[in-house]
Amino acid sequence: MSLLASLRTPRGLITALLLLVLAVLPLLTQAFDQRYLLSIGTRIVIWSIAAISLNMILGYGGMVSFGHAVFFGIGGYAVGILSHHGVAGGFIQWPVAIVAATLWAALVGALSLRTRGLYFIMITLAFAQLVFYVGGGLEAYGADDGLNISRSRFPGLVDLRDKASFYWLCFALLCGTLWFCSRFANSRFGLVIRGAKSNELRMTALGFPVFRYRLAAFTLSGAFGGLSGILLANEGAYISPAMMSWVKSGDLIVIVVLGGMGTLFGPLYGTIAFFVLEESLKPLLDLVRKGWGEYWQIVFGPMLVLIALYARGGIDSLFGRRHG
Amino acid sequence: MDYLLLQVLNGVQLGLLMFLLAAGLTLTFGIMDLVNLAHGSLYMMGAYIAWMLIGWTDSFVLGALLALPATFLLGIVVEAIVMRRLYVRDHLEQVLATFGLILFFNELVRVIWGPAGKSIAVPAFLNRTVEILPGVPYPAYRFAIIVVGALVAILLAWLVARTRIGMLIRAGASNRRMIGALGVNIELLFTLVFGLGAVFAGLAGLMAAPITSVKIGMGDDILILAFVIIVIGGIGSIKGAFVAAMVVGQIDIVGRAFLPDFLKTFLSASAASSAAPAISQVLIYIVMAGVLVWRPTGLFGQRT
Amino acid sequence: MKSKLFGTATIAALAFGLPAMAQTPIKIGFVSTFSGPQAAIGEDMRRSVELAKEHLGGKMGGRPFEIIYEDDQFKPDVGKQKSEKLVQQDKVNVIAGYIWSNVLLASLKTVTDEGDTILISSNAGPSQIAGELCNKNFFSTSWNNDQTPMAMGQYLQEKGVKSLYLMAGNYAAGKDMLAGVKRTFKGEIKGEDLTKWPDQLDFSAELAKVGTAKPDGIFIFYPGAHGVQFLQQYVQAGLKGKIPLYQVFSIDAITLPQQKELALGTLGAQEWVNDLPNEQNKKYVADFKKKHGVYPSYYGAQSYDSIMLIASAAEALKGDLSNKDKVRAEMKKANFKSLRGGFKYNTNQFPIQNFYIQEAVKDPEGMMTVKTIATAVKDGKDPYYEKCPMK
Repeated sequence: MSLLASLRTPRGLITALLLLVLAVLPLLTQAFDQRYLLSIGTRIVIWSIAAISLNMILGYGGMVSFGHAVFFGIGGYAVGILSHHGVAGGFIQWPVAIVAATLWAALVGALSLRTRGLYFIMITLAFAQLVFYVGGGLEAYGADDGLNISRSRFPGLVDLRDKASFYWLCFALLCGTLWFCSRFANSRFGLVIRGAKSNELRMTALGFPVFRYRLAAFTLSGAFGGLSGILLANEGAYISPAMMSWVKSGDLIVIVVLGGMGTLFGPLYGTIAFFVLEESLKPLLDLVRKGWGEYWQIVFGPMLVLIALYARGGIDSLFGRRHG
Repeated sequence: MDYLLLQVLNGVQLGLLMFLLAAGLTLTFGIMDLVNLAHGSLYMMGAYIAWMLIGWTDSFVLGALLALPATFLLGIVVEAIVMRRLYVRDHLEQVLATFGLILFFNELVRVIWGPAGKSIAVPAFLNRTVEILPGVPYPAYRFAIIVVGALVAILLAWLVARTRIGMLIRAGASNRRMIGALGVNIELLFTLVFGLGAVFAGLAGLMAAPITSVKIGMGDDILILAFVIIVIGGIGSIKGAFVAAMVVGQIDIVGRAFLPDFLKTFLSASAASSAAPAISQVLIYIVMAGVLVWRPTGLFGQRT
Repeated sequence: MKSKLFGTATIAALAFGLPAMAQTPIKIGFVSTFSGPQAAIGEDMRRSVELAKEHLGGKMGGRPFEIIYEDDQFKPDVGKQKSEKLVQQDKVNVIAGYIWSNVLLASLKTVTDEGDTILISSNAGPSQIAGELCNKNFFSTSWNNDQTPMAMGQYLQEKGVKSLYLMAGNYAAGKDMLAGVKRTFKGEIKGEDLTKWPDQLDFSAELAKVGTAKPDGIFIFYPGAHGVQFLQQYVQAGLKGKIPLYQVFSIDAITLPQQKELALGTLGAQEWVNDLPNEQNKKYVADFKKKHGVYPSYYGAQSYDSIMLIASAAEALKGDLSNKDKVRAEMKKANFKSLRGGFKYNTNQFPIQNFYIQEAVKDPEGMMTVKTIATAVKDGKDPYYEKCPMK
């Protein structure tokens, strides 16, 4: 289904409304004087890009990478290191960061994609931990303490220090990523990736070099992951190894599964749900009884269990059965 | 020479402790096809329950012995409420559900026992050092861990190789559908295996407690290590888990004990002392990646 | 954009805010770790903050005040987000707290620069902030990382200890601590281990090395739960009584309930000890013990001081915290009764203060605690203040 055609279903309508709200979010937050909501919104948009990029391999291709947060780190550190050395221009920083993420993805993919299942999960984790600890050992760039950086400069185009402009830039990139992902999912390339998820043997028998297709998808996914890392570093004006801890990789998997694997907008729903739950459970529980908010995870945990048990297909499946 | 022996023993002790944790994990994965992230929570619960029981009974041995059936019960309850529904599911749904369980258990512990950690004292009769060789003292408690760990390993080897349950476990690890065809009560078998895994995790937790103290989230980091071990060893293989645990234990110790001196032979002292911990931190991950590149299903895993 | 918003806010405050000033509460944000294995530290800080509130009668300069606690989960990015929330959504007047250097560094710019809000560190003291990253909106009621180990090192130097083996977690503060002790201790360093942080559970390999190196003493930095872990293994390895242990931040009111007798006799350095003989400290410690049945720690004392520092500015300004310049000027005077018996601020807005040597002992009721045995440093300044551009 193309992006436009999908707007005619109930799911499409909800999604369109959601995108509309996201598109005008800075106006809303300014009107209601809720600057913090814009910060959450920015993080949601950035994490969505990362989740969509993970979904390309995990959702469509069945490649469960447990090290996707490493691309937050690579994208972020490329920007941070360049900015630390006085290279502030975004037109240099951003391409370098994306190339770095892409190359790392290609290398990891080439070494990891021979393995399956839990082995693949763990080998991707291993490579991510490698980068995590290297980041923690970079004394020149703050080691574990991380590094305060200045934001990328696009003179005359956009000032990333302005929250609203930065948000719109992220939102535009999210739309671009969504568009790309929808093209990817419906292309011949995407169909092979999806086909190999359900039946690898058949795809091989049909003469497709499945390994090479998968490697290409893994690399692409890394490139978009790198993009989200660039944005994340600019959002906080700060980089640290914690960006790429394995917990973050786990969060990304949770988000994708929560939203609905292998669906175009699932990662977006998942990210919103994840962030909204995280921000609202505490105050909600505090309303029930003061002090309870602190224990929000005792509610959040079983919620995840229930979602895994009873909402197969994630949030996306709540909007009705998917056609095609 | 004495120093070398001491460090080898340290590695063995560490490896055996991790083997206990990895054994339960590899069993549940191998036979039920279940990725159980909450295995680390069982490790933590084992330690907390033991802490409580040792407080009540005022005896380390008695408290520890009572904690084992308690964690077995806990395992069975968790299995009946959550895990049972997950066996037929996608690995990812299992990851999501058991990740939720981790959050739940960590908070539960905080609600029940408060945020501060607990400590379990080494029992008096082990609170000394033994001379493993004349003039080479070794903490008696760590020596006890080696003995218990080795006994459990032997017991497990016997269980898997010689008993009917073991036969089913082996059959299940290589061909899940076959055990169904054998007319075995699969539900019961799965519950027992999960409970057994919980006991091993709890045992590891309570034995580690006097060394590492009992605290919230104590199972989370070590869980990753346990996964590393079962992946290196080959999923479902008890033998693999044992070998991998021994290898990982030794690598960890070598990285900490000998790497700094080794690096000093060709790096400056300050460079060596900052590079060594960084390298030893990633050493096991490098080993794991290397093993998997070489053998994509681990050392003793099923070939596909 | 930002200045426009601020302009509007100021006008609004002038138009509606001032008459209501006495009623609207002063808002203080407090960021610390309230979940996970290090939550005990955050709990101790919160208890002390609440006690400070009680002692102040819930008012500062005639205005009521409220404290909004946020959990950083021991993660820098989460800490930054929570700080952002406090500044942007709750619009707090001041933020305090921060146990960990990396959480503080991640949050610093958001609070002090983008939010133009005053931040008081109740614990973390990374050298960057004492030096080149010093900030007019940043105040410390604790210390710079190097200072406490420097005090320990100086004491050992004066005591004639010949050699040391150094151990700490392999992270920024750990490296700072080892660098600190080496600034003042001039004897032989027999060995030095930076161990995996925070996930190392086992110190057997390192303790075996210590056993063969046979130093005169071991110096460690393992805060919170890790201190318990280390001490247990140090005793189990049979090193207690053979090679003395010297520590910073590893044996304190948080860890002693678990370390118990194992800690007896161990020396450490600290800028505040629960037996410091001043009136406010006696009251604080007594009230804390009465309420919670345990001793407070320096984390708590420093947090108590943070609240009192804010209160001192609020008193001087009659509760009107709207003029940031005035607030900063008042805070810089440190015109309050600190639990450590008063201190002055250096140019980088870190305290100039004494450091004491303390010993782990049992109190008359049999509860483990620490007591002062010597003053190691008088009016100590951190070694970075000259790099700070503020004068």
